Order: sequence, then C-alpha cells, then structure tokens
Amino acid sequence: MAIHDLENAFQQKIDNEIKIEPKDWMPDAYRKTNTRQISQHAHSEIVGMLPEGNWITRAPSLKRKAILIAKVQDEAGHGLYLYSAAETLGSSREQMIDELHSGKAKYSSIFNYPTLTWADMGAIGWLVDGAAILNQVMLCRTSYGPYARANVRICKEESFHQRQGFESLLVLSKGTKEQKEMCQDAINRWWWPSLMMFGPKDSESTNSDQSIKWKIKRKTNDELRRQFVNMIAEQVKLLGMTLPDPDLKYNNQTGQYDFGEINWDEFWNVVKGNGPCNEQRLQARRKAHEEGAWVREAAVAYAEKKQSRQPNEKTDAA
Amino acid sequence: MNPLIQFTLFLADSNLILSQKNAEWCGHGPILEQDIAITNITLDLLGQARYFYQYAAELMNQAGHTHITEDSLAYLRTEREFKNLLLCEQPNGDWAQTVLRQFFYSVYQQSLYQQILQQSNSQLSAIAEKSLKEITYHIKWSSEWVVRLGDGTPLSHHKMLQAIKALWPYTGEFFTPTDFEKEIIPIDYEKLKMQWIDSVQNVLEEAGLPMPQNIFMHTGGKLGSHTEHLGYILAEMQYLQRTYPNAQW
Repeated sequence: MAIHDLENAFQQKIDNEIKIEPKDWMPDAYRKTNTRQISQHAHSEIVGMLPEGNWITRAPSLKRKAILIAKVQDEAGHGLYLYSAAETLGSSREQMIDELHSGKAKYSSIFNYPTLTWADMGAIGWLVDGAAILNQVMLCRTSYGPYARANVRICKEESFHQRQGFESLLVLSKGTKEQKEMCQDAINRWWWPSLMMFGPKDSESTNSDQSIKWKIKRKTNDELRRQFVNMIAEQVKLLGMTLPDPDLKYNNQTGQYDFGEINWDEFWNVVKGNGPCNEQRLQARRKAHEEGAWVREAAVAYAEKKQSRQPNEKTDAA
Repeated sequence: MNPLIQFTLFLADSNLILSQKNAEWCGHGPILEQDIAITNITLDLLGQARYFYQYAAELMNQAGHTHITEDSLAYLRTEREFKNLLLCEQPNGDWAQTVLRQFFYSVYQQSLYQQILQQSNSQLSAIAEKSLKEITYHIKWSSEWVVRLGDGTPLSHHKMLQAIKALWPYTGEFFTPTDFEKEIIPIDYEKLKMQWIDSVQNVLEEAGLPMPQNIFMHTGGKLGSHTEHLGYILAEMQYLQRTYPNAQW
C-alpha cells in the first residue's frame, strides 16, 4: 500500500472512532506527538510527587498523613502505567527518563511552584488535580488506545484526589483565623498557575490543529480553561474564599465567567526553566536516579547470578 | 501509667516512627516500582500505628484522662514520652540501611505479634492479626532486598556490611523486656530471640553476609531514652500541631 493510502485508512479509522493500537500503522508524526505527550504526562506525575511529598513528614494529623501518602503513591502508579503506554510506541522508559533529566523532555510547569504551607496540599488537590482531570477526562477518549485506557484508570483516582483536596480546604475555611488566612493565601498562589496548566492560548498553540484532527485532543486549550474557570468560580463560594482576579465576573449573556488575562511572561519564563523550583525539581529527580544506580546494578547482577546458577544446579542434580 | 497503655504506646510509636522515616523515600526511591513498594510499607505501618493509638486513647480516656485521641498521642507527646525502639529512629542512610532496618524490624514484629495473637486481650490480638498479613509481605520484600544487595555487586555487598554494622547494636533492645512488658502479658522473650536470630541468620547466610557476634547493644527506647535523632523527627512531624494549638485539620 502506498503511504497515501495508509494515511487515508488511518484517518478513516480515527474518524470512525476506532482506537489506534500499538501494532497498527501510524504516521511518524502521530507516533512522535503521542510519545511526547504521554511521556510528558508520565514525567508530570513523577515530578508532581515532589511538591506534595514535601509535606508528608509534616502532615498535621495521622489521617491527613495517610491520605497524602496514598495520593503521592497513586501518582507514582500513574507514572508507571503512562511510561508503559509510551513504551508501546517504541521508546524505553530509560530513554524517556534520560530525556527528563537532560532537560530535553518537559513536564507540567505547575510543579515548578513551591509548596509553602499545609494549605497548598488542599489547593493542589482542588485546583491542580481539578485542572488535570478536565484534560484527562478528555484524554479517556483520545485516539491512541493504550493512552486512552491509562487515562480511564487515572481519572478514577484523580477525581478522588480532587474531592479530598477540596474537603481539606473546607476544614481550613471553617477553622481558626490563621487557617482561613492560610487557605486564602494558597488559593491566591495556585490560581493563576492552575489556569496556565491548559497551555498557551489557542491562537498561539502550535500543536493544536493536527492534534484535534487526529483526535489526540478533542478540546482546545481555551475551551478546557473556560470550563475550569466556570467550575471553580462556583466551588470557591462553598469555601467562602475568593479567587485573586478582579476581572472575574459572571456574564449573563454568555452564561459563563469572564476572567482576567494570564501573565504570559510568567508562563513562558517557567516553561523555559526560570520558575521558582525548576532547578530543584530536576535536581531531586537526578539525585534519586544517580543514588539509585548502584541499587539497580546490584539487582541486575543478582538476577544474572541467580539465572546462571540455576542450570548448574539442575546439572548437579542430574 | 498502666502497663497495658504503655505497651500499646510502645507498639504504636515504633510503627509510627519507622513509617515516618520510610516516608522520606517517597518520590526519591532508586526505581519507580520500589518507590511504590516502600511507600506501601510506610502506609501499612502508619495504619498499624493508628490502630494502636486509637486503642491506647480509648484506654486512657477510660482511665480518667480527657480528650485523648490518636493525634494527641502522636503529636503532643515529647521525646522522653515516646517509647519506640531505637532501631526505628535510625537514619535512612542508603537503600541498604533502609531495607535492612525494615527487615530486622519486620522479623521481630512478626514473632512478637504472633505471641500477642495468643493473648487474651482481644483488641491487641485483633490488631496483631490484621498486621501480620501485612508483615508477611514486608518480610518477603525486605529479605529479598537483603539477599539481592548482599549477593549483588561488590559495592552493594560492602554497603550491606556497613548497614549491618550501623544497625545491629539496636537490635538487642527487642529482647530486653521493660517492667511494663513483664507486667502485662506473658511474652516468651527467649523464644522471640531464638526465632529472630534463626530467621535473620538464614537470610544473611543466603545473602553471603556474616552474622555479627558479641556486639554491644544499646537500649532505652522503650523507656524514653532515645538517640539524638528522635528530637528532630518529632520537631518536624509535630510542627503544625505545636504551632497552631487546638486547630482541627
């Protein structure tokens, strides 16, 4: 079959909502885009363990500690199945991790912000996981089968995290004066970075059109962002807190919330590596990997020894 | 304080402090699967600690204290009141030291909890029964790592030797009963020791590691005389509860 025919057949499958599976023919650019996106998602889960992991030893009650540990552990699990999904496209986990450590591969910029108080754990669950879920719900229907299925599992756990985050803020919002202040401060700091999670404006997003045609994405960055604002602007009322945007206002005509302009300079700065924690996050990942090298080597050496001993034992027995 | 309460707190504190130390690995493990595994153990230990604290709180409230909860016990007692084993508060060191610490503790826990299971205190034996299922996995996981590292590369073997040297002196305390232990339930400490030595010896032998002989043993954890590490562990763990007294979280 000529390339042209293969491409047509491929697009037809997508148009007919048939999932693309690992052994199916696919255009190189489709493979590349999916590999980039899935590995980026995997890296985000793994790097995302760090800002929350930062509070495990200081969680204020045993119950909160257990919830937080379980949550961070879930993220490790998500990373694991996402790396596996990406591997079906032909890159090894080792290769992807090297690209993360060298700075070639990206991860979600949100994790380059610091977690300064306990309230940040709630704000991350509510806002950051809330934003991530909108994206991941869409991705449950993405055209690449293994990635879609990974997202189905991820969404189940993420929606739980979001509820837990909100509930934890709710407790703070009903607490002492200091707790209320802590809660509002965390919302103030995480609100704009959460809006940035949806990526550049549609007019400036380079990957959007082709991704929509291939049904890698089904909604644009701006559509998802608006959906998020509409959702959070209502939920924040239940907390009795405010969002730090003087331009946020319900628009009777559109039935949606209007909101202020994102600081795109900050957005691009963090993407380029100048966020408050970019350096620390990568350093922590590299350190874990380097310090773990002797452990992984020992595990391999032991497995090899064990395997080479087995046939001998059999021979001896014979 | 009533010896049963002291004993229950000793069980709770040991689990909580080891959980707190293991938790430091979360997000920093040598490989993703093992990061998940150590975090699992962390959660199990925390869950066990919570059962014991809840039971201790119940006993204390019955004995006339007021408003004792799992959190007041974990977050509002001082260094001298904590009764955890010294082993549990030792630094993570490297992966070798962490897996060996877990192995020593889990093997001890298994023998001790098997004896608690036979006792008439139904609450303690119910917690022991539930915990033993988890402990079986902890022993499997940690003993496999001890063997893998002992019999892996020369470097990993060397690191295991260092870990044994660092941790062995804190294992004698397992078998030195305090007054509160003697007073509550009849635990056969000789049997406990023999079972522990037997299990540990088997694994160290398989790992090609020597069994230390005639090492001086430190004690005191169960009675609140700790190493300098515990103060920092508690300062970090208790900071929010201490900074904002009486707040709900």
